[in-house]
Amino acid sequence: MNCLPSFRLRRLIPAFLLGLSVLLAPALVLAVDDPSEMLPDAKQEARAEAIGSQLRCLVCQNESIEDSSAGLARDLRRVVREHVAKGETDRQVMDWMVARYGNFIRLSPPLSGGTLLLWGMPALALSIGLALAFFAYRRRATSPKAPPPLSDEEKARLAKLTKE
Amino acid sequence: MGLPLAGAAVLGVGFWKMLAGMQSGSFNPHDVNAPVLNRPVPDFTLPDQAPGQGFATQDLKALTKPVLVNFFASWCIPCLAEMPTLVALKDDLELWGIAYKDRPENAANFLKHSGNPFTRLGSDRDGRVGIEWGISGVPETFLIGPGGVIRWHTATPLDVETIRQTLVPLLAKLKTP
Repeated sequence: MNCLPSFRLRRLIPAFLLGLSVLLAPALVLAVDDPSEMLPDAKQEARAEAIGSQLRCLVCQNESIEDSSAGLARDLRRVVREHVAKGETDRQVMDWMVARYGNFIRLSPPLSGGTLLLWGMPALALSIGLALAFFAYRRRATSPKAPPPLSDEEKARLAKLTKE
Repeated sequence: MGLPLAGAAVLGVGFWKMLAGMQSGSFNPHDVNAPVLNRPVPDFTLPDQAPGQGFATQDLKALTKPVLVNFFASWCIPCLAEMPTLVALKDDLELWGIAYKDRPENAANFLKHSGNPFTRLGSDRDGRVGIEWGISGVPETFLIGPGGVIRWHTATPLDVETIRQTLVPLLAKLKTP
């Protein structure tokens, strides 16, 4: 075996690890910018993070406040932690936010009259698709079966044609 | 055959309604952040921001005439852009200002340069009052009706067209209850 490729490979390993660490870094970084933001109680901090990950950062539009480093997101994280530290339930914190910023701040819209179609659409689309498939299948099943056998006259004509 | 056609028709009517509503102004897809409309102003107290006097919830609730509350900051370019409009507006409508996440000296300097349209001025240094009002940035402007009820809100810089088309009719409505 040629030792050159393995030598190259060995040299590539640090580069590979470096690349991997760059790729994984965002997942490992703590949600908060500054460790002093975190609540001392690990259980409460976990709850605050869970609530924050359900709240939209309003200036970044598609990030949660836990993922964003925007100023407003940091302020809202602090508010969430204050409320959690006071012993409020997840629901109370969420309601506080919705009262000020509307349902837009929730990353998943609540189930209500206005969002019924939104939530029901997967089931609705699936049942419409199943219904269409069922009717299409039935139509094919009930369509005329094999054509009737050839008459004597047709057989004679076919024989004549194939002889030519 | 009939089912897909009916579906397409329903979709078409829905889209047409949305587009027609956008044209007439009854439907605004960007207006997702207006939960504060027709609600009393939130609870807050603001310290003075030079050169004005700070204010609190009670001051707005004690009002007998409409007031425009404007969040601004010296670091915000659109705020600078809307200042001439606010200065021109101040003779017709009282304006109260809130300096959002700004150093008091910077905000005071900003007003010295741009002109000061505000009768009263509060400093929201850490942005917590802004959160109570549900703002996500500056400038944001609220029209407060008599009794301290939020009647209108915009998260864009005020311009003459908005004032003429939206604010003036609203004010006329508020003055003749």
